[in-house]
Amino acid sequence: MKRLTNTLSIVVGTLTTWFFSATAFADAVAATENSSLNLRRGATDISGQVYDLHMLMFAICVVIAVVVFGVMFTSMHLHRKSRGAKPANFHESVKVEIAWTVVPFLILIFMAVPAANTLIAMEDTTEPDMTVLVTGSQWKWHYKYMDSEVEYYSLMATPREQIENKFAKGENYLLEVDRPLVIPTGQKVRFLITSDDVIHSWWVPDFAVKKDANPGFINEAWTKVNEPGVYRGQCAELCGKDHGYMPVVVIAKEPAEYEAWMSEQEEMQRKAREEEQRLLAMNMSMDELMKEGERVYNATCAACHMPNGEGLKGVFPALKGSQMVMEDQVAHIDIVLNGKAGTAMQAFGKMLSLKEVAAVVTYERNAWGNNTGDIVQPKDVNAVATGQ
Amino acid sequence: MSKATEVMHPDEAAHGHDDHHEHHIPKGITRWLFTTNHKDIGTLYLWFAFIMFLVGGAMAMVIRAELFQPGLQIVEPNFFNQMTTVHGLIMVFGAVMPAFTGLANWLVPMMIGAPDMALPRMNNWSFWILPFAFLILLSSLFVEGGGPAFGWTFYAPLSTTYSGNSTALFVFSVHIMGISSIMGAINVIVTIFNMRAPGMTWMKMPLFVWTWLITAFLLIAVMPVLAGAVTMVLTDKFFGTSFFDAAGGGDPVMFQHIFWFFGHPEVYIMILPAFGIISHIIPTFSRKRLFGYASMVYATASIALLSFIVWAHHMFTTGMPLFAEMFFMFATMLISVPTGVKVFNWVATMWRGSLSFEIPMLFAIAFIVLFTIGGLSGLMLAITPVDFQYHDTYFVVAHFHYVLVTGAVFSIMAAVYYWLPKWTGKMFDITLAKWHFWCSLISVNVLFFPMHFVGLAGMPRRIPDYSLQFADFNQWISIGGFAFGLSQLIFLALLIKACKKQGEPVSDQVWEGAEGLEWEIPSPAPYHTFETPPVVK
Repeated sequence: MKRLTNTLSIVVGTLTTWFFSATAFADAVAATENSSLNLRRGATDISGQVYDLHMLMFAICVVIAVVVFGVMFTSMHLHRKSRGAKPANFHESVKVEIAWTVVPFLILIFMAVPAANTLIAMEDTTEPDMTVLVTGSQWKWHYKYMDSEVEYYSLMATPREQIENKFAKGENYLLEVDRPLVIPTGQKVRFLITSDDVIHSWWVPDFAVKKDANPGFINEAWTKVNEPGVYRGQCAELCGKDHGYMPVVVIAKEPAEYEAWMSEQEEMQRKAREEEQRLLAMNMSMDELMKEGERVYNATCAACHMPNGEGLKGVFPALKGSQMVMEDQVAHIDIVLNGKAGTAMQAFGKMLSLKEVAAVVTYERNAWGNNTGDIVQPKDVNAVATGQ
Repeated sequence: MSKATEVMHPDEAAHGHDDHHEHHIPKGITRWLFTTNHKDIGTLYLWFAFIMFLVGGAMAMVIRAELFQPGLQIVEPNFFNQMTTVHGLIMVFGAVMPAFTGLANWLVPMMIGAPDMALPRMNNWSFWILPFAFLILLSSLFVEGGGPAFGWTFYAPLSTTYSGNSTALFVFSVHIMGISSIMGAINVIVTIFNMRAPGMTWMKMPLFVWTWLITAFLLIAVMPVLAGAVTMVLTDKFFGTSFFDAAGGGDPVMFQHIFWFFGHPEVYIMILPAFGIISHIIPTFSRKRLFGYASMVYATASIALLSFIVWAHHMFTTGMPLFAEMFFMFATMLISVPTGVKVFNWVATMWRGSLSFEIPMLFAIAFIVLFTIGGLSGLMLAITPVDFQYHDTYFVVAHFHYVLVTGAVFSIMAAVYYWLPKWTGKMFDITLAKWHFWCSLISVNVLFFPMHFVGLAGMPRRIPDYSLQFADFNQWISIGGFAFGLSQLIFLALLIKACKKQGEPVSDQVWEGAEGLEWEIPSPAPYHTFETPPVVK
């Protein structure tokens, strides 16, 4: 029994020694904080706190592991039968057992305090300087600035040819989008996060923000970025076939630059609305529609209906030879605009312009041997959209 | 530990009686179809589990082959998702759980001095519905649109509105698995409560029996919850209910609460029997009694109770109130206390023992080290603010494979090596076993250790393709995966040899330091044992 207590004091002694060496080890690892081995310190105060917490937990775990395995391997070396070790008789000790129940408990309290403090700070979404509504849908993000008219979709920009290994992969393979979210530095930006279909999860590692986008519910998160830069993340919750192709890119700009960008966007959005009105009065040519339609189709529809229009049997219906596509033009426009409830077919009315819907419907009605010869104009789409 | 060594056979004729029965072992396929013998059923369970382990492993090979390089090479994303989903379902419900049930069938009656399980016909049923459950699940891969592709956690509404029609097959097969598990659990509980040999009091019960008893209660508590979850998925998808659809007044996050209320105790269902196994092997090869038998029992019970109040630590990012995040963080951290007690007790058992390193001991030591690594990463995951960064990345994949593969699966292998000579009467091929151990040990770490790094660096789980900074590590991970898969073929060869009864005959005690009723009976264990109960002093 005495020997066991002695052992325990040796263990405690080693624990202290190891704690310092492990802290040194942790510092060495910290030196690699931008490597591909470890969590990133990130770009916000919160992400820095999270990083420090992570390193603290890691150091404690390393110490515990080293002590426990150290004792075990010592025993495996010293107390081998082949060295003539004779087994001792002890098989319980209330003192020791209480000690190794209480000591871990104290270590836990030591871990819990900073963890709780960081958590409280992370969940405090009050008093934001601005708010962005983030909506996930299969497989893209939509950003709406609540303090202005500006809103847009953000789609992965990596070309299919790179994914299919036909072209060399770019530096930001799978982590690039056509229109990144832009936010100002030094301001508290609140994110309202929701989904149009399944559960997604909006994650930017450099902000330590990961929040699920639940359909029908709105979650909150916030960040305050210190340094301007481009920050990349991904959808973190399995959301169907193209879950791996749903990146998040956020650009943080100095407030002045951000304001300039914002006015530019407002201007662009205003011009786009004027263009829509102008288009209603004119006709586009078949060539124009087919060319634009193919672009829209590949960016928006091909993920499910496949580039060859054949869909995925039993999951996503084919458009090639489909009855609706071949015959019922109004129903065709309607399903693109409004989606089909209870299925994966989303409403694209708020994502695509009248011109884009006209082009893609024309394309679908004439591509892959569908050859209906139908030409759909923006005003036809507008007629269905406004119920005329 | 029980004083099971000092066993008296009041009726020495019992052995002769056993031998008499040896001549009446049924032959052919009907022996296996109609058997009510706990040893036959145990063998069936174990072989079934091993076959499922290979099938689920083959799916993991497809996953690792696709992830060998960035880009899409071998499979398309929809099939990739089916592979991750069915791999998980098969390994959890088809490999680990049936393997533990098989061990329970073989060992519980022999350890408590009972002639068989209490409900032998139900025992037959609980095994024989299992192959049909997995036939249904596997056949769903071949229907139009493919099998389940929503992850083994089948989060709604991905598994309801947005899933294929094969979901019905998935639901049905999970129901059958659940019924099988519940029947198995009832059998274990009834057997242990009613059929212990005279003198085998609760606190003399071997730890494998204790841990399985507690596991069986967990199973009965949570398998019906799983059944409820899949049924709601079924009615949401096919019959217009809205349990998980906000548009009809439901809540998709409620699905996760229900699923993880099952799912977290399920984690302990897959590890508590492993704790029992290790608590047998470590004392045997340390030639010293288990340290802290009573605290082992209390620790197991505490872990089981705590497992009911920590489920939402799987859901920190779903947007819970701050209070709930705090509660589940602290409750989860608490679990490391009784788990730590177990590890310390094992190490204290080895301390000043007389150690030797036969194959079961090698696996048991590997278990302690690698399971502890998985436990420590689990402690890190419990810390809510950092879990926001770890959640749904490869860090989590690394964590649960350390506890499930190098934890549960290694303990099952340790158990098979430990008790196999008792079952067959012959020592297994030690050379092959050493190859199996060392190949598995090295490859499993090449496979799972780098997953910590890619996870921390930001690689999400369940993706068929990844950005370029993860490429090098993923190549290593895949190589480790293929090597680990191939290593299991060594195990297959060894098991086939053992079943053909090749090898040196062994003594009744088999291992020098082994204690317990199962080591008192002849090797190989006769078809019927303990028809007259032994008396445990």
